[in-house]
Amino acid sequence: MSMLHWAVFFPFVAALFVPLMYKRFRWIHTGWFVLIIPILLFIYFFIFIPKTSNGEQVMASLAWIPSLDVNFDVYLDGLSLLFVLLITGIGALVILYSIFYLDKDKEKLHNFYVYLLIFMGAMLGLVLSDNLIVLYMFWEFTSFSSFLLIGYWHHRERSRYGAQKSMLITVLGGLSMLGGSVLLAFMGETFSVRELIGKSGELTAHPLFNATILLILLGAFTKSAQFPFHIWLPDAMEAPTPVSAYLHSATMVKAGIYLVARLSPVFAESGLWLWLIAGFGIATLFWGSFSAVKQTDLKGILAFSTISQLGMIMSLLGLGAAALHYETMNENIYMAATVAAVFHLINHATFKGSLFMAAGIIDHETGTRDIRKLGGLMNFMPITFTITLIGALSMAGVPPFNGFLSKEMFFAAMILVTEMDLFNLDTWGVLLPVIAWTGSIFTFIYSLIIAFKPFTGVFRPEMLEKKPHEAPIGMLIPPVILASLVIIFGLFPNLLASSILEPVVAAIQPGLAKNEFHVHISPWHGFQPELFMTIGVIIFGVLLYLTLNKWNKIYGILPDRLSLNSFYDSLLKGGEKVFISITKLFMTGYIRTYLVYIFLFFIVSLGFTLFWKDAFAFDSENTAPIGIYELILATIIAIGAIAILFAKSRLTSIIILGAVGYMVSIFFVLFRAPDLALTQLVIETISVALFLLCFYHLPKLPSRKEERMTFKLNNALISIGVGVIVALIALSSHSNKLFDSISGYYLENAYKEAGGKNIVNVILVDFRGLDTMFEITVLGIAALGIFAMIKLRLTRRKLTDENE
Amino acid sequence: MFEIVLQISLLCVSISMLGLLYRLIKGPTVPDRVVALDAMGINLIAIMALTSMLLDTTAYLEGILLLGILSFIGTVAFSKFIEKGEVIENDRDL
Repeated sequence: MSMLHWAVFFPFVAALFVPLMYKRFRWIHTGWFVLIIPILLFIYFFIFIPKTSNGEQVMASLAWIPSLDVNFDVYLDGLSLLFVLLITGIGALVILYSIFYLDKDKEKLHNFYVYLLIFMGAMLGLVLSDNLIVLYMFWEFTSFSSFLLIGYWHHRERSRYGAQKSMLITVLGGLSMLGGSVLLAFMGETFSVRELIGKSGELTAHPLFNATILLILLGAFTKSAQFPFHIWLPDAMEAPTPVSAYLHSATMVKAGIYLVARLSPVFAESGLWLWLIAGFGIATLFWGSFSAVKQTDLKGILAFSTISQLGMIMSLLGLGAAALHYETMNENIYMAATVAAVFHLINHATFKGSLFMAAGIIDHETGTRDIRKLGGLMNFMPITFTITLIGALSMAGVPPFNGFLSKEMFFAAMILVTEMDLFNLDTWGVLLPVIAWTGSIFTFIYSLIIAFKPFTGVFRPEMLEKKPHEAPIGMLIPPVILASLVIIFGLFPNLLASSILEPVVAAIQPGLAKNEFHVHISPWHGFQPELFMTIGVIIFGVLLYLTLNKWNKIYGILPDRLSLNSFYDSLLKGGEKVFISITKLFMTGYIRTYLVYIFLFFIVSLGFTLFWKDAFAFDSENTAPIGIYELILATIIAIGAIAILFAKSRLTSIIILGAVGYMVSIFFVLFRAPDLALTQLVIETISVALFLLCFYHLPKLPSRKEERMTFKLNNALISIGVGVIVALIALSSHSNKLFDSISGYYLENAYKEAGGKNIVNVILVDFRGLDTMFEITVLGIAALGIFAMIKLRLTRRKLTDENE
Repeated sequence: MFEIVLQISLLCVSISMLGLLYRLIKGPTVPDRVVALDAMGINLIAIMALTSMLLDTTAYLEGILLLGILSFIGTVAFSKFIEKGEVIENDRDL
């Protein structure tokens, strides 16, 4: 157990103590205790920065199931360090924010912080583990704790709906990712990511390679809310705002991005990987920003904007994979895409976190998040307005903030795509910058909506539930910190360049020489095409924002019925209906139907096997001669058995059944089994008497006359089929005797060993006495059961006929 | 010679069983059928006796006795059922 392991376990262990603290120290907000944990972790991980920026990695192993190659191996390089810093840093800010957001008397704080700590530990484990199975375990932990956090206010119907939806979609992806991991481990014969990266060359040629890509990407896309799996994220906004800020903007939704970045070295050789990620990313970017504009809920806008920004990061990661195909460093301008992806990942975490917190403040202080009700809050909440403005302008990509830099790098990378000569990128690649540019215009529009709609315009106090005022200082500190980071990273981007960005890029693209590239982000790089693209975005964005009321009717064109959400809903409802009807189709509740299934299966499987294996054989060599009287007696049994089917009254069938039973005993006589014959006679008589006993208790219903069994063709065919199959099997098995009987041993030894002359009885009580004992037990149970059923009738119902 | 006689007797009894079966199935009333079943039991005794002679064994003698008893009990049970509608009356006093 190294310190790194303890760092992962620390939140889990702390979660155990949260309820205790909550019970003991009711007068202190539980969040203050919890706040210490991420701060300690952040400081601990911060110390690793010099190490990773020198290109070192920290590795520690902990045996869990060594025999299955499943070990809790932690591996800390630039990429995981970036994520752990995000998780712990934003985690600390979010907990501080939640202390002021959640009321200590009204809310169940112990639940909240336990879930949040589980989530934090799971995220840490997810980004630190090197073993695919352990990674999957933490992956599911994050889905699970996110489910709990979304459903935190479980008395609300919408919360439960959102929690269920996110659970179903992310678990679907998680399971598919498990499948992908298993395939990957099968191909590479190891669960370790680093070893798989080492083997990436031989993996590419494997026939399962493309299937693995699809499965892994399904997992990453569902987690990171990529089109068309993004639908869970807007519904997850029912969670408390700290959760939305933490899980659904900064950490969990980036787990898919982490997975893609982490496994890029394994898969990046493939064109499928590049096209899928870039294609889905860019589609998500456009669809997310397009849909964000029509939202009226602040958090709804932020959710769709998160979707769109995640799509942007994803598409950049996809394009970054192209860098592997160019050997020489001087030409390798495609690395820029990866740098842009990582840089934007950091930027997005900062500005989106602050925006969510600002939205939470507005909600907390006015009682609504609906932008149609909000307006003119600038005078009441100047600090919140400043935070929102900084965040929104950064998101829109306006110069002094960090979003501008990453958007410029994004455009630059998108323009470079058109110059690639791989995988048809030179023909179809031109679509990417065009879609990216249009998406960015919509990004600009919704950023302006967030920044100005709630704060400018007419103040309507009658629409608000509370009298608005500025938030308490503790609630403002975290977003202020994030907003100042937005400005700092915007003005001094090279703070991050060598400390964070370079090791991350080295981790995503380990094949490229480590010290040969240097990330340098300059806020001004001359009149490049991307600058004109940004200017175009700003001009079109402002124009479209001002004319928003004129053109936002286009959102009505696509009816609700055709949206992905209603598709999801109808899939659930329709699926339930279909499966219920299928179940009803074959689960009729009639035992006769089930018997038909059983016998049909019997006929089909046995008949098919006989036919397929060509097993039928008929051999008349070992047969004994048949006397004519035996023939007649057999005919009597056959006629009797058939006559039962056509008997008109029940009494007649019983009498014929008795006759058939007696005839069977005669066959025991003819075949020299006196003991069997004796037993058969007694049992036959008793069971006939029992049948007669039952008759007395049969209900006398006027509607149910005793009549001949009705003829049903299906039943007749099935019964004939069963008879034929059994006869065929009996004939074949008689003709295929492989070994002699062991009865010779009993004949010799019955008297010698056991001292009895009656072989049957010696076998029953001596050689195979155990069987007899348990058959006695069966009889005992039957007798007791009958006694109990007759005596222990607790409720005497008038109509006890089950078939009614 | 003796064996052939036994075989012929078995054949005859079997044919008479066939006749009884006809009555058993066809018999217009239930008592007809019960009597047929009773007679079948008697015929079974005959078959058992003939077989034990044919096989030259005494192992079936208990069977013959048992069948005699059972055939009687069976017939009585049926008769009682036809007469009273039940086989075992448990609350005779009431």
